[in-house]
Amino acid sequence: MSTDTATAAPTRRDPTAPWPILQIRGLGVTFGGFQALTDVDLDARQGEVHFLIGPNGAGKTTLVDIITGLTKPTTGSVRFDDVELTGHKEHRIVHLGVGRSFQAATVFEALTVAENLDIAASFRMGLRGLLRQARGRRPEVAEALEVTGLHDVADRPAGALAHGQKQWLEIGMLLTQKPRLLLLDEPVAGMSPDERTRTGDLVRYVAKDCTVLVVEHDMDFMRRFADRVTVLHEGKVLKADATVAEVQADPVVQEVYIGRAKDDRNSVSRAAAATDTTTEETA
Amino acid sequence: MEQLLSQIFVGLSIGSILLLVALGLTFTFGQMGVINMAHGEFIMAGAYTTYVLQQALGDGATATAFLLAIPVALVVAGTMGLLLEVLLIKRLYGRPLDTLLVTWGVALILQQAARDIFGAQNVEVKSPGWLDGGTTLIGVDVAYNRLFIMALAVAATAGAWYVVSKLKQGRRMRAVMQNRQLAAASGVKTASVDRRTFFLGSGLAGVAGVALTQLGSVGPTLGTNYIIDAFLVVVAGGLGKLRGAVIAAVVLGLCNSLIEYWTEASLAKVIVFALIVAFLQFRPQGIVAQETRGLA
Amino acid sequence: MNTSTDTTGAAKAAPAGGTGTPGPGWFKRRVIGTKADVVPRITFAVVAFLLIVVAPGMLTAFRLDLLAKYLVFAIVAVGIALAWGRGGMLVLGQGLFFGLGGYVMAMHLQLADAGPGEKPMFMSLTGASDLPGLWEPFRSPVFTLVMVVALPMAVATLLGLLVFRSRVRGPYFAILTQALAAAFVILLVGQQDLTGGTNGLTVSTFFGLDLAKNSDKLTLYFIVLAVLLVVFLIARQMVKSRYGQLLVAVRDGEDRVRFLGYSPTTVKVVAFATAAGMAGVAGALFVPIVGIISPTSLGIVPSIEMVIWVAVGGRVSMAGAIAGALLVNFAKTELSEAMPSGWLYAQGLLFILVVAFAPRGLAGVGDWWRENRDRFDRFRPGARTAAPASGAAAGEGA
Repeated sequence: MSTDTATAAPTRRDPTAPWPILQIRGLGVTFGGFQALTDVDLDARQGEVHFLIGPNGAGKTTLVDIITGLTKPTTGSVRFDDVELTGHKEHRIVHLGVGRSFQAATVFEALTVAENLDIAASFRMGLRGLLRQARGRRPEVAEALEVTGLHDVADRPAGALAHGQKQWLEIGMLLTQKPRLLLLDEPVAGMSPDERTRTGDLVRYVAKDCTVLVVEHDMDFMRRFADRVTVLHEGKVLKADATVAEVQADPVVQEVYIGRAKDDRNSVSRAAAATDTTTEETA
Repeated sequence: MEQLLSQIFVGLSIGSILLLVALGLTFTFGQMGVINMAHGEFIMAGAYTTYVLQQALGDGATATAFLLAIPVALVVAGTMGLLLEVLLIKRLYGRPLDTLLVTWGVALILQQAARDIFGAQNVEVKSPGWLDGGTTLIGVDVAYNRLFIMALAVAATAGAWYVVSKLKQGRRMRAVMQNRQLAAASGVKTASVDRRTFFLGSGLAGVAGVALTQLGSVGPTLGTNYIIDAFLVVVAGGLGKLRGAVIAAVVLGLCNSLIEYWTEASLAKVIVFALIVAFLQFRPQGIVAQETRGLA
Repeated sequence: MNTSTDTTGAAKAAPAGGTGTPGPGWFKRRVIGTKADVVPRITFAVVAFLLIVVAPGMLTAFRLDLLAKYLVFAIVAVGIALAWGRGGMLVLGQGLFFGLGGYVMAMHLQLADAGPGEKPMFMSLTGASDLPGLWEPFRSPVFTLVMVVALPMAVATLLGLLVFRSRVRGPYFAILTQALAAAFVILLVGQQDLTGGTNGLTVSTFFGLDLAKNSDKLTLYFIVLAVLLVVFLIARQMVKSRYGQLLVAVRDGEDRVRFLGYSPTTVKVVAFATAAGMAGVAGALFVPIVGIISPTSLGIVPSIEMVIWVAVGGRVSMAGAIAGALLVNFAKTELSEAMPSGWLYAQGLLFILVVAFAPRGLAGVGDWWRENRDRFDRFRPGARTAAPASGAAAGEGA
């Protein structure tokens, strides 16, 4: 629909020495007096799976919201492939190669799986092209159907899919857009162990040509699939750009996050964080 | 100068009418996201209640009937609202646009019912003697009935504010308004809160109806004439915000009266509408916006 | 279902449109279609036969006139189904666009009646000295015909851009459209010297057609029918295209669409403006059929009545919207002749029952049948297990 064409910055990809394709510097945001993020720096390199973890209210989703243009930061910059993202409209940022998923998988339930993917894949089409009927299946759509394992249900309405399948469909939709940075907000929430593994494999597949930033609570999932990890706590970076081993070994992280995560599972501190969760989940 | 002051008084008067009419909407619209198109007919019901009471009590008790009409209209319109909520609106939760259309259907039926009961001709409600005439304040002619409506608007707003911010009931209402799920999870009986809110909101429409009898005759389409403006007040004021509604009503009243003074009535309507759309450009959530994170 | 190369799937929703090349099996594919196409296509053929042959032959001039008016209303209804049913934009102010088209047409027809250099009749009554500048360009028939569509679309585009950009939606949008229609009517009444005020504008000819002559009225009827067909085909093409899916997507998840790289504002503006253009065309045709356009047919109440036609017919279905407009207006004429107050109750009740308990309207009956047929189909060997519900909400019966 949008007539925007991506202003592709000169590519400086060097597979041997990955440079940070995503550079976040000094990011801060306040909501009506509440400092949600303070001076956040973050680097993510081409082709890496970068996990963003932290307790409820740490500002993870807010960070994703800022990168994708949903929230305007108070201070700081987000540079992706040498292009400043802040200040652009959401759909412009998508055209610059940044895709995102939502905590609660949002797919178009009234449309079929294939139609969902087709719409996603057509995002660079002008109005004139969109007004034509889709004929045949685009290669991107076929690939996404294959990779997500949704081939058999391609003509079913997306509303009829199981929860896990919806998540995969959403990732598949993003895949058809060939993004260079993908932001996944809690992709395995509510999934069975089996589905988690499949999601992890899917994320790995996506990361072949793309940098993936995953917001996740699930520590086991992080251990298995993260290249690098950044820990957020109360809107600040607690541990930047570390390995999984480093994060696990860090006593401070252990205390504020791992400890709390265990509590979370025992649903002790759930109530305290309830307000946070509800606001986050609306996003 | 006097002309200007006089226009400002007219503006404040229009504003107070708008506020009275819109006050109930801030409850029903604000809390439940329900656009109740039958709100105008509840206003009408309040006006006809005044008429019926005056007929019943006879010529000697015009003033008594009028004052009595205020609480009676509150109960009559409130009960109608309660019934509407229980019978229809409750079933349409989460379908705001459908609610709008369904309540419009209810409005049509109520209008026709009024026509069949009271006749298509407008009826006159007599003013109590002490509302006739007026006085002069700093060079401006001020009619008593206008002053009375302003006072009633202030009183109704104060009452509504008291209920919302001081009473336990009001706290529950605000809780449901801000986060329905969380309120429900914390043990607030949301269904019962909804019913009470609807009673209160609709009852306030009835009170507005009593006030409107002092400005002209009462007919089946009385409410329709005010409902759009009332909704614009709520939209401009911010969802379910008492403070926003007050500011919006006064500002819209003043705008209407002043623009009308400089241009003329029909153009003023269009200009005011354009101003509202322009205003929503930089404050889409209205004057008093709820601070939220996320997409909601 | 459109992405499927499988013809069964591709044609499932409705009769296939688009541009197939003639070749072997062309007739079967394009005209008869697949099994799922048979019912809609037969229905279409029967309705077309009724409207083109039977109605002009059987109905009295008076009844045919009424039918023409209903068909005009059906044009508005198609637009509403597109904006509201598909796009989720409850347009409560279509009377505005209907009125813009109508007044533009009426101004031209009045000037044409008056003759070159002359003023319309009503202006000599109000005592205006010169023809207002606003009227002058409408002497040109071409300009008028363009403006019939362009003016409503321009107003809708402007309003849509402003309103959708600031993410005003749902009931807020509905209220704003309604308020605009109300303001428009007040303006029409207030600017009496320019618009004829509450009396409106009357016309007696239409581009050389004498509106008092039955043969000319028949011509007008066929013009209306042709316009309705064109409007229907445009709407169906939009619905079946990627854009149509995108519109449904915006309805159901505006933010998701935004994060897929589309501007929901643009998507919505296109549908809103198209609906406005259709209402404008309808208004322009309403003028010669009824002979008058006045504020009473444009206000809040008429505007919301337009929505109920679509609600009754089925909001997501273009054909349903047409059926709804015809049926509700027929019922209105019949019932208000028999008992005027009865109709108003009936209309209110219709609103409540249809919207609250049968939101899919008449078209829902067809969906129900299809769903159940599919349920039976499943037990047959080799039957497709295509999911029925998809059509119900999105792709069904253009």
